Amino acid sequence: MSLVLSLTDIWKSYNGKPVLKDCSYSFGAGIYVLMGPNGSGKSTFLRICTLLENPDEGKINYFSDTHLSLPLLRGELKWGVFSENNIFKKRDIELKRRITLLLPRVGVFNTTVFKNAAYGLKIRGMGHDEIEKKVNTVLEFVGLSHKKNHNAIMLSSGETQRLGIARAMVIEPEALFLDEPTASVDQENTEIIENIILNMKEENGSTVIIATHDTSQAERLVGRVLIMQNGKIIEKTF
Amino acid sequence: MDSITEGIRKAFLLIFSLDTELLGIIFLSLKVSGIALVIATITGLPIGALVGLKRFPLRRVTISLMNTFMGLPPVVVGLFLYLILSRSGPFGFMGLLYTPSAMVIAQSILAFPIVASLSHSAIVNVDPIIKQASMTLGATPFQVTLNMMREARYGIISGVIAAFGRVMAEVGAILVVGGNIAGYTRVMTTTIALETDKGNFELAIALGVILLMISLIINMVLHLIQRKGMVKSGI
Repeated sequence: MSLVLSLTDIWKSYNGKPVLKDCSYSFGAGIYVLMGPNGSGKSTFLRICTLLENPDEGKINYFSDTHLSLPLLRGELKWGVFSENNIFKKRDIELKRRITLLLPRVGVFNTTVFKNAAYGLKIRGMGHDEIEKKVNTVLEFVGLSHKKNHNAIMLSSGETQRLGIARAMVIEPEALFLDEPTASVDQENTEIIENIILNMKEENGSTVIIATHDTSQAERLVGRVLIMQNGKIIEKTF
Repeated sequence: MDSITEGIRKAFLLIFSLDTELLGIIFLSLKVSGIALVIATITGLPIGALVGLKRFPLRRVTISLMNTFMGLPPVVVGLFLYLILSRSGPFGFMGLLYTPSAMVIAQSILAFPIVASLSHSAIVNVDPIIKQASMTLGATPFQVTLNMMREARYGIISGVIAAFGRVMAEVGAILVVGGNIAGYTRVMTTTIALETDKGNFELAIALGVILLMISLIINMVLHLIQRKGMVKSGI
Protein backbone atom coordinates (compact mmCIF):
# COMPACT_ATOMS: atom_id res chain seq x y z
CA MET A 1 0.00 0.00 0.00
CA SER A 2 1.78 3.12 -1.13
CA LEU A 3 0.97 6.49 -2.47
CA VAL A 4 3.00 8.23 -5.11
CA LEU A 5 3.13 11.91 -4.62
CA SER A 6 4.37 14.26 -7.28
CA LEU A 7 4.91 17.95 -6.66
CA THR A 8 5.61 20.26 -9.58
CA ASP A 9 6.82 23.87 -9.45
CA ILE A 10 5.54 24.60 -5.93
CA TRP A 11 5.85 28.19 -4.75
CA LYS A 12 5.00 29.40 -1.26
CA SER A 13 5.68 32.76 0.42
CA TYR A 14 4.93 34.21 3.83
CA ASN A 15 4.60 37.99 4.00
CA GLY A 16 6.28 38.34 0.64
CA LYS A 17 9.24 36.20 1.68
CA PRO A 18 9.50 33.10 -0.51
CA VAL A 19 10.01 29.84 1.36
CA LEU A 20 9.49 27.32 -1.42
CA LYS A 21 10.73 28.35 -4.85
CA ASP A 22 9.81 26.27 -7.85
CA CYS A 23 10.10 23.16 -5.72
CA SER A 24 9.51 19.83 -7.46
CA TYR A 25 9.90 16.23 -6.34
CA SER A 26 8.21 12.83 -6.67
CA PHE A 27 7.88 10.37 -3.81
CA GLY A 28 7.25 6.66 -4.16
CA ALA A 29 7.15 3.88 -1.57
CA GLY A 30 9.94 3.92 1.02
CA ILE A 31 11.49 6.21 3.59
CA TYR A 32 12.62 9.74 2.76
CA VAL A 33 14.56 11.86 5.21
CA LEU A 34 14.16 15.59 4.61
CA MET A 35 16.90 17.72 6.11
CA GLY A 36 17.77 21.39 6.18
CA PRO A 37 18.35 24.27 8.60
CA ASN A 38 15.59 25.91 10.62
CA GLY A 39 13.39 28.08 8.45
CA SER A 40 14.42 26.31 5.26
CA GLY A 41 10.81 25.34 4.52
CA LYS A 42 10.72 21.68 5.60
CA SER A 43 7.57 22.06 7.69
CA THR A 44 5.88 24.20 5.03
CA PHE A 45 6.67 21.53 2.47
CA LEU A 46 5.15 18.79 4.63
CA ARG A 47 2.06 20.90 5.36
CA ILE A 48 1.53 21.51 1.65
CA CYS A 49 1.96 17.81 0.85
CA THR A 50 -0.69 16.92 3.45
CA LEU A 51 -3.16 19.64 2.38
CA LEU A 52 -2.88 21.58 5.62
CA GLU A 53 -1.72 24.57 3.60
CA ASN A 54 -2.18 25.59 -0.01
CA PRO A 55 0.71 26.39 -2.31
CA ASP A 56 0.72 29.85 -3.89
CA GLU A 57 1.42 28.18 -7.21
CA GLY A 58 2.17 24.72 -8.48
CA LYS A 59 0.60 21.32 -8.89
CA ILE A 60 0.39 18.27 -6.67
CA ASN A 61 -0.63 14.91 -8.10
CA TYR A 62 -1.45 11.84 -6.08
CA PHE A 63 -1.39 8.39 -7.63
CA SER A 64 -2.13 5.23 -5.73
CA ASP A 65 -1.95 1.51 -6.37
CA THR A 66 -5.12 0.93 -4.35
CA HIS A 67 -8.72 2.14 -4.70
CA LEU A 68 -8.21 2.43 -8.44
CA SER A 69 -11.71 3.76 -9.01
CA LEU A 70 -11.08 7.07 -7.28
CA PRO A 71 -10.66 10.02 -9.67
CA LEU A 72 -7.51 11.18 -7.97
CA LEU A 73 -5.74 8.09 -9.33
CA ARG A 74 -6.22 9.29 -12.82
CA GLY A 75 -4.27 12.39 -11.92
CA GLU A 76 -7.36 14.56 -11.95
CA LEU A 77 -6.67 16.08 -8.58
CA LYS A 78 -4.54 18.90 -9.83
CA TRP A 79 -4.63 22.50 -8.94
CA GLY A 80 -2.78 25.63 -9.65
CA VAL A 81 -3.76 28.35 -7.23
CA PHE A 82 -6.67 27.37 -5.05
CA SER A 83 -8.43 29.23 -2.33
CA GLU A 84 -8.62 28.57 1.41
CA ASN A 85 -12.29 27.61 1.04
CA ASN A 86 -11.44 24.91 -1.44
CA ILE A 87 -9.35 22.95 1.01
CA PHE A 88 -12.33 21.28 2.61
CA LYS A 89 -13.99 20.00 -0.53
CA LYS A 90 -15.29 16.48 -0.14
CA ARG A 91 -12.77 15.10 -2.60
CA ASP A 92 -9.95 16.66 -0.59
CA ILE A 93 -11.27 15.01 2.56
CA GLU A 94 -11.17 11.65 0.77
CA LEU A 95 -7.55 12.28 -0.10
CA LYS A 96 -6.70 13.72 3.30
CA ARG A 97 -7.88 10.49 4.87
CA ARG A 98 -5.25 8.54 2.96
CA ILE A 99 -2.30 10.66 4.11
CA THR A 100 -1.39 12.06 7.48
CA LEU A 101 1.13 14.33 9.14
CA LEU A 102 2.56 13.97 12.62
CA LEU A 103 3.11 17.55 13.74
CA PRO A 104 6.22 18.52 15.76
CA ARG A 105 3.90 19.07 18.73
CA VAL A 106 1.53 16.10 18.71
CA GLY A 107 -1.52 17.92 20.09
CA VAL A 108 -3.00 15.17 22.24
CA PHE A 109 -6.68 15.40 23.09
CA ASN A 110 -7.75 15.78 26.71
CA THR A 111 -9.01 12.23 27.00
CA THR A 112 -7.63 8.73 27.40
CA VAL A 113 -4.75 7.31 25.39
CA PHE A 114 -7.19 4.80 23.86
CA LYS A 115 -9.66 7.48 22.73
CA ASN A 116 -6.79 9.55 21.29
CA ALA A 117 -5.59 6.61 19.23
CA ALA A 118 -9.15 5.74 18.19
CA TYR A 119 -10.02 9.25 16.96
CA GLY A 120 -9.04 8.76 13.31
CA LEU A 121 -11.10 5.57 13.07
CA LYS A 122 -14.08 7.01 14.90
CA ILE A 123 -14.39 9.96 12.51
CA ARG A 124 -14.29 7.47 9.63
CA GLY A 125 -17.37 5.79 11.10
CA MET A 126 -15.71 2.48 11.95
CA GLY A 127 -17.56 0.09 14.27
CA HIS A 128 -16.72 -0.15 17.96
CA ASP A 129 -15.37 -3.73 17.88
CA GLU A 130 -13.11 -3.08 14.93
CA ILE A 131 -11.82 0.14 16.52
CA GLU A 132 -11.04 -1.69 19.74
CA LYS A 133 -9.15 -4.43 17.90
CA LYS A 134 -7.11 -2.06 15.74
CA VAL A 135 -6.32 0.41 18.53
CA ASN A 136 -5.24 -2.33 20.92
CA THR A 137 -2.90 -3.74 18.26
CA VAL A 138 -1.36 -0.35 17.52
CA LEU A 139 -0.98 0.59 21.20
CA GLU A 140 0.77 -2.74 21.76
CA PHE A 141 3.01 -1.96 18.78
CA VAL A 142 4.12 1.42 20.18
CA GLY A 143 4.37 0.10 23.74
CA LEU A 144 1.51 2.08 25.25
CA SER A 145 -1.10 -0.62 25.85
CA HIS A 146 -0.46 -0.53 29.61
CA LYS A 147 -1.43 3.16 29.60
CA LYS A 148 -4.48 2.97 27.38
CA ASN A 149 -6.84 4.19 30.10
CA HIS A 150 -4.55 7.02 31.28
CA ASN A 151 -5.23 10.61 30.30
CA ALA A 152 -2.99 11.37 27.33
CA ILE A 153 -2.07 14.79 28.75
CA MET A 154 -0.21 13.07 31.58
CA LEU A 155 2.16 11.16 29.25
CA SER A 156 5.89 11.94 29.03
CA SER A 157 7.17 13.63 25.87
CA GLY A 158 8.50 10.34 24.49
CA GLU A 159 5.20 8.58 25.18
CA THR A 160 3.33 11.51 23.64
CA GLN A 161 5.32 11.15 20.41
CA ARG A 162 4.62 7.42 20.40
CA LEU A 163 0.93 8.11 20.89
CA GLY A 164 1.10 10.56 17.97
CA ILE A 165 2.58 7.82 15.81
CA ALA A 166 -0.05 5.33 17.05
CA ARG A 167 -2.80 7.81 16.21
CA ALA A 168 -1.40 8.16 12.70
CA MET A 169 -0.61 4.45 12.22
CA VAL A 170 -4.04 3.21 13.21
CA ILE A 171 -5.63 4.87 10.18
CA GLU A 172 -3.16 2.98 7.97
CA PRO A 173 -2.13 5.95 5.83
CA GLU A 174 -0.70 5.34 2.41
CA ALA A 175 1.74 8.17 3.03
CA LEU A 176 2.91 9.22 6.49
CA PHE A 177 4.67 12.54 7.02
CA LEU A 178 6.55 13.16 10.27
CA ASP A 179 7.79 16.62 11.20
CA GLU A 180 10.76 16.21 13.53
CA PRO A 181 9.27 13.29 15.46
CA THR A 182 12.32 12.78 17.68
CA ALA A 183 13.33 16.42 18.27
CA SER A 184 12.15 16.50 21.88
CA VAL A 185 12.60 12.92 23.04
CA ASP A 186 15.44 11.00 24.69
CA GLN A 187 17.70 8.42 23.06
CA GLU A 188 15.62 5.47 24.22
CA ASN A 189 12.39 6.86 22.78
CA THR A 190 14.20 7.93 19.59
CA GLU A 191 15.22 4.30 19.04
CA ILE A 192 11.69 3.07 19.73
CA ILE A 193 10.20 5.60 17.29
CA GLU A 194 12.77 4.76 14.59
CA ASN A 195 12.01 1.05 14.97
CA ILE A 196 8.29 1.76 14.62
CA ILE A 197 8.96 3.68 11.40
CA LEU A 198 11.15 0.91 9.99
CA ASN A 199 8.50 -1.69 10.85
CA MET A 200 5.82 0.40 9.16
CA LYS A 201 7.81 0.52 5.97
CA GLU A 202 8.51 -3.21 6.02
CA GLU A 203 5.02 -4.36 7.01
CA ASN A 204 2.88 -1.92 5.04
CA GLY A 205 5.21 -0.73 2.31
CA SER A 206 4.11 2.80 3.16
CA THR A 207 5.59 6.04 1.91
CA VAL A 208 7.20 7.69 4.94
CA ILE A 209 8.67 11.20 4.77
CA ILE A 210 10.49 12.50 7.85
CA ALA A 211 11.79 16.00 8.43
CA THR A 212 14.70 15.96 10.87
CA HIS A 213 17.88 17.72 11.95
CA ASP A 214 19.55 14.48 12.99
CA THR A 215 22.07 13.54 10.29
CA SER A 216 22.60 10.06 11.70
CA GLN A 217 18.86 9.36 11.63
CA ALA A 218 18.96 9.08 7.83
CA GLU A 219 21.58 6.34 8.09
CA ARG A 220 19.64 4.48 10.76
CA LEU A 221 16.43 4.64 8.76
CA VAL A 222 18.19 3.67 5.54
CA GLY A 223 16.19 6.25 3.67
CA ARG A 224 16.79 8.57 0.77
CA VAL A 225 18.23 11.84 2.01
CA LEU A 226 16.71 15.03 0.68
CA ILE A 227 18.10 18.45 1.43
CA MET A 228 15.91 21.53 1.48
CA GLN A 229 18.10 24.28 0.06
CA ASN A 230 17.11 27.71 -1.27
CA GLY A 231 13.46 26.66 -1.31
CA LYS A 232 14.14 23.58 -3.43
CA ILE A 233 14.58 19.89 -2.70
CA ILE A 234 17.88 18.34 -3.70
CA GLU A 235 18.46 14.61 -3.42
CA LYS A 236 21.72 13.83 -1.71
CA THR A 237 23.71 11.03 -3.24
CA PHE A 238 26.42 9.19 -1.33
CA MET B 1 -35.00 41.12 64.80
CA ASP B 2 -37.88 39.02 66.16
CA SER B 3 -39.68 39.18 62.87
CA ILE B 4 -36.57 37.87 61.09
CA THR B 5 -36.08 34.90 63.45
CA GLU B 6 -39.80 34.18 63.41
CA GLY B 7 -39.74 34.44 59.61
CA ILE B 8 -36.86 31.98 59.38
CA ARG B 9 -38.59 29.54 61.77
CA LYS B 10 -41.82 29.63 59.76
CA ALA B 11 -39.89 29.40 56.52
CA PHE B 12 -38.27 26.13 57.55
CA LEU B 13 -41.68 24.83 58.67
CA LEU B 14 -43.00 25.63 55.17
CA ILE B 15 -40.04 23.89 53.53
CA PHE B 16 -40.29 20.75 55.64
CA SER B 17 -44.08 20.56 55.40
CA LEU B 18 -43.71 20.44 51.58
CA ASP B 19 -46.25 23.21 51.15
CA THR B 20 -48.03 22.76 47.79
CA GLU B 21 -47.96 26.47 46.93
CA LEU B 22 -44.25 26.57 47.66
CA LEU B 23 -43.59 23.42 45.62
CA GLY B 24 -45.62 24.83 42.70
CA ILE B 25 -43.57 28.02 42.70
CA ILE B 26 -40.26 26.11 42.86
CA PHE B 27 -41.35 23.74 40.09
CA LEU B 28 -42.40 26.61 37.79
CA SER B 29 -39.12 28.45 38.46
CA LEU B 30 -37.07 25.39 37.58
CA LYS B 31 -39.23 24.63 34.54
CA VAL B 32 -39.06 28.18 33.08
CA SER B 33 -35.34 28.54 33.76
CA GLY B 34 -34.59 25.00 32.56
CA ILE B 35 -36.39 25.46 29.23
CA ALA B 36 -34.78 28.89 28.78
CA LEU B 37 -31.37 27.36 29.44
CA VAL B 38 -31.92 24.59 26.88
CA ILE B 39 -32.95 27.17 24.25
CA ALA B 40 -29.98 29.42 25.12
CA THR B 41 -27.58 26.46 24.93
CA ILE B 42 -28.93 25.15 21.62
CA THR B 43 -28.58 28.61 20.07
CA GLY B 44 -25.64 30.05 22.01
CA LEU B 45 -23.23 27.13 21.79
CA PRO B 46 -23.10 26.94 17.96
CA ILE B 47 -22.81 30.73 17.75
CA GLY B 48 -19.94 30.70 20.28
CA ALA B 49 -18.22 27.90 18.33
CA LEU B 50 -18.74 29.67 15.01
CA VAL B 51 -17.31 32.95 16.29
CA GLY B 52 -14.45 31.10 17.97
CA LEU B 53 -13.42 28.97 15.01
CA LYS B 54 -14.34 30.83 11.84
CA ARG B 55 -13.16 34.09 10.38
CA PHE B 56 -15.90 36.23 8.85
CA PRO B 57 -16.69 39.94 8.37
CA LEU B 58 -17.92 41.69 11.54
CA ARG B 59 -16.55 38.87 13.73
CA ARG B 60 -14.99 41.32 16.20
CA VAL B 61 -18.21 43.34 16.34
CA THR B 62 -20.11 40.10 17.09
CA ILE B 63 -17.70 39.27 19.94
CA SER B 64 -18.11 42.78 21.40
CA LEU B 65 -21.90 42.51 21.14
CA MET B 66 -21.92 39.12 22.86
CA ASN B 67 -19.75 40.44 25.69
CA THR B 68 -21.88 43.58 26.04
CA PHE B 69 -25.14 41.61 26.11
CA MET B 70 -23.81 39.48 28.97
CA GLY B 71 -24.56 42.48 31.17
CA LEU B 72 -27.95 43.16 29.60
CA PRO B 73 -30.24 44.83 32.20
CA PRO B 74 -33.15 42.37 32.77
CA VAL B 75 -35.72 45.15 33.15
CA VAL B 76 -34.75 46.56 29.75
CA VAL B 77 -35.20 43.08 28.23
CA GLY B 78 -38.57 42.87 29.98
CA LEU B 79 -39.59 46.29 28.67
CA PHE B 80 -38.50 45.45 25.12
CA LEU B 81 -40.37 42.13 25.18
CA TYR B 82 -43.42 43.76 26.74
CA LEU B 83 -43.58 46.25 23.87
CA ILE B 84 -43.39 43.61 21.16
CA LEU B 85 -45.64 41.07 22.92
CA SER B 86 -48.32 43.49 24.12
CA ARG B 87 -51.59 43.57 22.19
CA SER B 88 -50.55 46.62 20.16
CA GLY B 89 -47.07 45.22 19.50
CA PRO B 90 -45.92 43.32 16.37
CA PHE B 91 -46.28 39.91 18.08
CA GLY B 92 -49.33 40.80 20.17
CA PHE B 93 -51.53 38.46 18.11
CA MET B 94 -49.70 35.48 19.64
CA GLY B 95 -51.12 36.24 23.07
CA LEU B 96 -47.89 35.44 24.87
CA LEU B 97 -47.78 38.33 27.33
CA TYR B 98 -48.29 37.27 30.96
CA THR B 99 -47.66 33.61 30.16
CA PRO B 100 -44.80 31.30 31.19
CA SER B 101 -43.79 31.26 27.49
CA ALA B 102 -43.04 34.98 27.63
CA MET B 103 -40.93 34.34 30.74
CA VAL B 104 -39.02 31.60 28.90
CA ILE B 105 -38.35 33.99 26.00
CA ALA B 106 -37.11 36.68 28.39
CA GLN B 107 -34.81 34.30 30.23
CA SER B 108 -33.53 32.78 26.98
CA ILE B 109 -32.55 36.27 25.80
CA LEU B 110 -30.68 36.86 29.06
CA ALA B 111 -28.96 33.44 29.06
CA PHE B 112 -28.03 33.35 25.36
CA PRO B 113 -25.15 35.88 25.44
CA ILE B 114 -23.69 34.22 28.56
CA VAL B 115 -23.65 30.78 26.93
CA ALA B 116 -22.40 32.16 23.58
CA SER B 117 -19.72 34.40 25.06
CA LEU B 118 -18.35 31.91 27.61
CA SER B 119 -18.42 29.10 25.02
CA HIS B 120 -16.53 31.36 22.63
CA SER B 121 -13.92 32.12 25.32
CA ALA B 122 -13.56 28.42 26.15
CA ILE B 123 -13.15 27.44 22.49
CA VAL B 124 -10.61 30.16 21.59
CA ASN B 125 -8.54 29.09 24.58
CA VAL B 126 -8.18 25.55 23.23
CA ASP B 127 -4.65 25.03 21.90
CA PRO B 128 -4.78 25.61 18.10
CA ILE B 129 -2.66 22.48 17.65
CA ILE B 130 -5.79 20.43 18.47
CA LYS B 131 -7.50 21.82 15.38
CA GLN B 132 -4.50 21.00 13.21
CA ALA B 133 -4.07 17.54 14.74
CA SER B 134 -7.73 16.76 14.02
CA MET B 135 -7.29 17.92 10.43
CA THR B 136 -4.19 15.78 9.91
CA LEU B 137 -6.19 12.73 11.01
CA GLY B 138 -8.80 13.39 8.33
CA ALA B 139 -11.52 15.20 10.26
CA THR B 140 -14.12 17.16 8.28
CA PRO B 141 -14.66 20.82 9.31
CA PHE B 142 -17.71 19.72 11.33
CA GLN B 143 -15.72 16.99 13.08
CA VAL B 144 -12.93 19.49 13.81
CA THR B 145 -15.50 21.83 15.39
CA LEU B 146 -16.94 19.00 17.50
CA ASN B 147 -13.48 18.04 18.68
CA MET B 148 -12.64 21.63 19.61
CA MET B 149 -15.91 21.83 21.55
CA ARG B 150 -15.09 18.59 23.32
CA GLU B 151 -11.71 20.00 24.32
CA ALA B 152 -13.44 23.13 25.61
CA ARG B 153 -16.16 21.14 27.41
CA TYR B 154 -15.27 22.22 30.96
CA GLY B 155 -15.36 25.90 30.00
CA ILE B 156 -18.59 25.41 28.06
CA ILE B 157 -20.28 23.63 30.98
CA SER B 158 -19.14 26.44 33.28
CA GLY B 159 -20.80 28.92 30.91
CA VAL B 160 -24.06 26.97 30.85
CA ILE B 161 -24.13 26.74 34.65
CA ALA B 162 -23.33 30.44 34.99
CA ALA B 163 -26.24 31.19 32.65
CA PHE B 164 -28.54 28.98 34.75
CA GLY B 165 -27.45 30.85 37.87
CA ARG B 166 -28.31 34.13 36.21
CA VAL B 167 -31.78 33.14 35.01
CA MET B 168 -32.70 31.47 38.30
CA ALA B 169 -31.89 34.67 40.18
CA GLU B 170 -33.50 36.97 37.62
CA VAL B 171 -36.57 39.01 38.60
CA GLY B 172 -36.90 42.18 36.50
CA ALA B 173 -37.70 40.76 33.05
CA ILE B 174 -40.04 37.97 34.16
CA LEU B 175 -41.92 40.33 36.46
CA VAL B 176 -42.63 42.65 33.52
CA VAL B 177 -43.58 39.97 30.95
CA GLY B 178 -44.96 37.33 33.35
CA GLY B 179 -47.08 39.62 35.47
CA ASN B 180 -46.52 37.54 38.64
CA ILE B 181 -49.91 35.82 38.40
CA ALA B 182 -50.45 33.43 41.32
CA GLY B 183 -50.41 29.79 40.31
CA TYR B 184 -49.56 30.66 36.69
CA THR B 185 -46.53 32.92 36.26
CA ARG B 186 -45.42 33.34 39.86
CA VAL B 187 -41.86 32.08 40.36
CA MET B 188 -39.47 32.19 43.33
CA THR B 189 -37.89 35.59 42.69
CA THR B 190 -41.12 37.40 41.86
CA THR B 191 -42.80 35.84 44.91
CA ILE B 192 -39.99 37.05 47.16
CA ALA B 193 -40.39 40.58 45.79
CA LEU B 194 -44.17 40.49 46.23
CA GLU B 195 -44.26 38.88 49.70
CA THR B 196 -41.57 41.28 50.98
CA ASP B 197 -43.69 44.18 49.77
CA LYS B 198 -46.66 42.73 51.64
CA GLY B 199 -44.61 42.20 54.82
CA ASN B 200 -45.26 38.45 54.60
CA PHE B 201 -41.73 37.33 55.33
CA GLU B 202 -42.20 33.57 55.94
CA LEU B 203 -42.79 32.60 52.33
CA ALA B 204 -40.22 35.17 51.14
CA ILE B 205 -37.55 33.81 53.48
CA ALA B 206 -38.43 30.18 52.67
CA LEU B 207 -38.01 30.90 48.97
CA GLY B 208 -34.87 32.91 49.69
CA VAL B 209 -33.38 29.94 51.52
CA ILE B 210 -34.27 27.60 48.64
CA LEU B 211 -32.82 30.01 46.07
CA LEU B 212 -29.63 30.19 48.11
CA MET B 213 -29.50 26.40 48.29
CA ILE B 214 -29.96 26.11 44.52
CA SER B 215 -27.28 28.75 44.02
CA LEU B 216 -24.98 26.84 46.37
CA ILE B 217 -25.58 23.57 44.50
CA ILE B 218 -24.92 25.31 41.16
CA ASN B 219 -21.64 26.73 42.47
CA MET B 220 -20.60 23.38 43.92
CA VAL B 221 -21.28 21.63 40.61
CA LEU B 222 -19.39 24.39 38.77
CA HIS B 223 -16.45 24.06 41.12
CA LEU B 224 -16.42 20.27 40.79
CA ILE B 225 -16.49 20.44 36.99
CA GLN B 226 -13.69 23.01 36.89
CA ARG B 227 -11.66 21.01 39.38
CA LYS B 228 -12.16 17.85 37.31
CA GLY B 229 -11.04 19.75 34.22
CA MET B 230 -7.93 21.05 35.99
CA VAL B 231 -7.02 17.61 37.35
CA LYS B 232 -7.48 16.01 33.92
CA SER B 233 -5.39 18.76 32.35
CA GLY B 234 -2.68 18.17 34.91
CA ILE B 235 -2.87 21.73 36.28
